[in-house]
Amino acid sequence: MPVINEDLEAELGYVTSPAEQQHIRNLWDEADPLMQDISVSLIKGDNNRVDQLTKEALEAGFSANTILDDGLIAGMAIVGVKFRDNLIFVPEVLVAARAMKAGMAHVEPILSASGIEPVGTVIMGTVKGDLHDIGKNLCIMMLSGAGFTVIDLGVDTSPEEFIEAVEENEAGVLGMSALLTTTMPNMGRTIDAIEEAEMREVVKIMVGGAPLSQEFADDMGADGYGKDAMSCVELAKTFMRPDAEPSINPVS
Amino acid sequence: MNLKSRGILDRVSNGEVLVSDGATGTFLQQNGLEPGGCPEEFNVSHPEIVRKMAKSYFDAGSDMVLTNSFGGTKFRQSHYGFGDKVDEFNRLAAEHAKSQSKPGTFVCGSVGPSGEFLEPLGAVSKEDLYQAFCSQMTSLEQGGADGVVIETMTALDEASIAIRAAKENTNLTVISTMTFDKGPRGYFTMMGVTPEQAAVELVKSGADIVGTNCGNGIDNMIEIASMMRDATDSPLLVHSNAGIPSLKAGEIVYPEPPNYMAERFMKLKEIGVNIIGGCCGTGPDHISAFSKLLEENQGV
Repeated sequence: MPVINEDLEAELGYVTSPAEQQHIRNLWDEADPLMQDISVSLIKGDNNRVDQLTKEALEAGFSANTILDDGLIAGMAIVGVKFRDNLIFVPEVLVAARAMKAGMAHVEPILSASGIEPVGTVIMGTVKGDLHDIGKNLCIMMLSGAGFTVIDLGVDTSPEEFIEAVEENEAGVLGMSALLTTTMPNMGRTIDAIEEAEMREVVKIMVGGAPLSQEFADDMGADGYGKDAMSCVELAKTFMRPDAEPSINPVS
Repeated sequence: MNLKSRGILDRVSNGEVLVSDGATGTFLQQNGLEPGGCPEEFNVSHPEIVRKMAKSYFDAGSDMVLTNSFGGTKFRQSHYGFGDKVDEFNRLAAEHAKSQSKPGTFVCGSVGPSGEFLEPLGAVSKEDLYQAFCSQMTSLEQGGADGVVIETMTALDEASIAIRAAKENTNLTVISTMTFDKGPRGYFTMMGVTPEQAAVELVKSGADIVGTNCGNGIDNMIEIASMMRDATDSPLLVHSNAGIPSLKAGEIVYPEPPNYMAERFMKLKEIGVNIIGGCCGTGPDHISAFSKLLEENQGV
């Protein structure tokens, strides 16, 4: 059983499912107290402290990978659960994501220079005709927080742009977002275009957005539907490791 | 005083339930608006369709019709390259609806969220947001609006700035509604506001009438409305969508038909909701079904 500091223990208290709590607790297995400090500061959204602690950790000889996994990603896991369970909302997630970014600014250059493979690459965009991006951006933050490389195509993304990005980045996962019922059908059209481009086999497709449902996602032939940013991350993880059991229940 | 010359607030405080209208976006889409096109631009390019929409709702029994100006702040319009057209779009939106109104009916300017986060979360200052809402509110009033519905709000600070913009610069009756999702711990807006909080805080910010719009179907709206009713004595408005849409043979279909919704609108009336209408997926048929049912039950 890893030793968990007081603040982090309090945060773990918010994770009510025993299995989930065990899973998240294990993220700090054998982790240094400094990593736990980074996690707590990230959960609290203290970007100055995450910035400072990440720098200190690198100077103290921790590897960029350790800081990413045991400090930043582990902290983001709790943020995700709290968000899913209505304990925190969009403002708190945005602030935590900003803190994550402050840490990533130090860690990312080292990771990319060392050629360590990211968990996977995800292409994200809001579909053609739709200018809403809050939900998509939350998903991107949580995906980055889980170690994915995310290519953000922004809003009003055409099927051609999606296809091009998948090819160019050899991405295994494509995520589409829509807020308007009027633009939702453009998700199906994009999937059709990917099929026509004979790329349906190489990329897993997930969809999300307020007016969507599992049924709608099934009808249009998507591989998955994410009801929130957390389930988006879990879907992406399952797509990358098809045999793995989901670690965190995407549906509450 | 003659009933027909009285304002929205007088009418509801007199115990009357006012019938509002249904969706705008889907109506325009059925009449040629491209998916993802700019609805507010239709006020300039397709005035006849915008007028037809208002007429359809007034004919269906709406006492109050909303203008085609939901995205009418410079923040939304600049995405389409129409940032400098907001005054014209909003004024025309009100004029088109007003041109179809009958004595004793009202036109309310629709004002949706800016889509931006306020500082320090986002990049927009309170002053900028206030100015954007001011220009929308004054243009709507110039075009002849009687009131304004500040709707689909999720953040109290943004809603409160919009309310202030209307109150400090116009004589419009101010209605403000928020959109709630049902999560594992109950109803919250995306930004974490509960229905009770919304009812109390929107009134505190100066709204004459508060309420909820959009949502995930009428049954949830009934729950939300009763929570708001318990939290405030102010008049309430509910604009409910017609449920979560699905795809049937390539067409978007909403699950809640006119009669189904109309019956449940009567429940809203029982709870004490004062103004009742629809949001996404509802049309003139929904309004007409409700308006008939309301008439049949008059005095019951």
